[in-house]
Amino acid sequence: MSPPRASSPPLVGRAKPGRAARRSLWALLAVLALAGTARAQDGAQDRAEDRAQGGAAERAGHRGEPVVLSLSEREVLITTSFSGAEITIFGVAEPMAQDGPQPDVVVTVRGPEQTFLTWRKSQVVGLWMNTDSRAFRDVPGFLRVLSSRPAALLAAPEVLRAEQIGLDRFPLLRRAGPDPADAAPPDPFRAAFLRIQASHQLYQEDPAGVTFIAPNVFQARLSLPGHAPIGRYEVHLRVLRAGQVVGEARTHFDVARTGFEQSIAAFAHTNGILYGISVALGSLVVGFFANLLFRKE
Amino acid sequence: MTIYLPIAELPVAVFTIFAMGLAVGFISGMFGVGGGFLMTPLLIFTGVPPSVAVASVSPYMAASSFSGALSYLRKGMVDLTLSGVLLAGGLVGTAAGVALFAFLRRMGQVDLAIALSYTALLGAIGTLMLTESVRAIVRARRGTAALVHRPGTHSWFMRLPLKMRFRRSRIYVSAIPVVALGFVIGLLGAVLGVGGGFILVPALIYMLRVPTQTSVGTSLVLTLVTMTAATVLHAEANGTVDAVLALVLMIGGTVGAQFGARAGQTMRPEYLRLLLGLLVLSVGIRVAADLVRAPTDAFIVAPVEGPP
Repeated sequence: MSPPRASSPPLVGRAKPGRAARRSLWALLAVLALAGTARAQDGAQDRAEDRAQGGAAERAGHRGEPVVLSLSEREVLITTSFSGAEITIFGVAEPMAQDGPQPDVVVTVRGPEQTFLTWRKSQVVGLWMNTDSRAFRDVPGFLRVLSSRPAALLAAPEVLRAEQIGLDRFPLLRRAGPDPADAAPPDPFRAAFLRIQASHQLYQEDPAGVTFIAPNVFQARLSLPGHAPIGRYEVHLRVLRAGQVVGEARTHFDVARTGFEQSIAAFAHTNGILYGISVALGSLVVGFFANLLFRKE
Repeated sequence: MTIYLPIAELPVAVFTIFAMGLAVGFISGMFGVGGGFLMTPLLIFTGVPPSVAVASVSPYMAASSFSGALSYLRKGMVDLTLSGVLLAGGLVGTAAGVALFAFLRRMGQVDLAIALSYTALLGAIGTLMLTESVRAIVRARRGTAALVHRPGTHSWFMRLPLKMRFRRSRIYVSAIPVVALGFVIGLLGAVLGVGGGFILVPALIYMLRVPTQTSVGTSLVLTLVTMTAATVLHAEANGTVDAVLALVLMIGGTVGAQFGARAGQTMRPEYLRLLLGLLVLSVGIRVAADLVRAPTDAFIVAPVEGPP
């Protein structure tokens, strides 16, 4: 058998849907091939699969149901024309018993961590100014929760809370404010933070984002906006049956600059002064030639 | 058509940015202002992070002011002696402004301080220019000749010691107010993140009685020097200069500045001052409106710049 393609060619921009679709098909075929033999595999093979997935899939206790997970892209490369990308997530939830309950799937994708300040404006002597703030520390710069059904239908509230399924139950670490009461559930800062991140297409929940293409085979489409943060994205997939998590798998992909964009960013970060001098000289040259060009007219 | 900005880390519509450069460049060439006070808010509005917007406008202003300055230089409308003396005060003022900015940041209200000083400064200068130019236009219409260089009307500060002759500007004044003016421009420039041309041009015209055209040319030279230095400083200190963004802006800006410079030279000086006064005043009112009006969203989210 062949493990899913761990190093499929990178996605370049959005311009080549044909290539992307072909790669998606390859990934799907690989998943199906893997799923066909999944139950016959011993522990050693499981570990090999884990390595192929690039993450450590937990297979402990009641979560022992084998789950296979694959991405159409392992790396999203940013070029000059980059304006967003789409990644297809494929998976197979292999039931432990025949005629088991129908599976539900939740995929949580979290981007690189960032710290955000949420400010509240209020009126002081007639002027609107920032008066109060909360810091959200090391929270994902990108967060997507895709599920096959609305989260509320998947499991009991306490299971959802314990498993942190859904945007509303995602733990957002923040420094406590001076008043401990404002950390209570209807926290206006948390609500505003989620709302503003959603309006920038950074935090989103799609209760119909996972679709089953066969009884135990599913796919999910993840769209990344052009301004998605650069770095590593963790994909965490959970399979639920009858309101309980029965299996899970993890993998990841990277969003990275390439070519010209990478050279510019690397130059700016490694040698700021030289970069600044080059930009300044370049701007003088542009100014000079613009003047020269118009002088001849 | 979009283009990805490697430092800002987001794609932008390239023609929108180009058009913004063209429009601001036109204004910059016409009035001899750097255009930072217009360009920075425009960029932030399109989604560019403020730190990148402020830093990337510097090379743009360097390019467009260089292009504009060359035009004025050829026509003999730049007073290099005057720009040199202004720069001496300007460099000290910039250093003081950086310290003041750090102090305001510790106080936690730098946004408010910027908005308030913008309102006060732009409102005052805009009103001043507007009333003066309207009066000049009315005088011209009535046919009574306006005397720009009235002998014996020198203010007290122009009669201080250390007198210098600035031939191009046709003034003979003390160097002390010139250095002080440069200091104030440098200070405001560092605190407000602007080149200071919109303050310098009126100050040269009204306080030192430099001819309008020469004020514009001299201001362009000053903007050129300070913005070239700012580019290097921002790149070294913050690493937030986006070369791709700056390039698109400066191509639009330099072309716009050429047309602007021509339009400015063919226009009657009092109309030029009227237009600049209107522009400055409207930006001031815009900033003031944001302070007084209730925001549509009481909350804002700002990413904290972490270590790279």
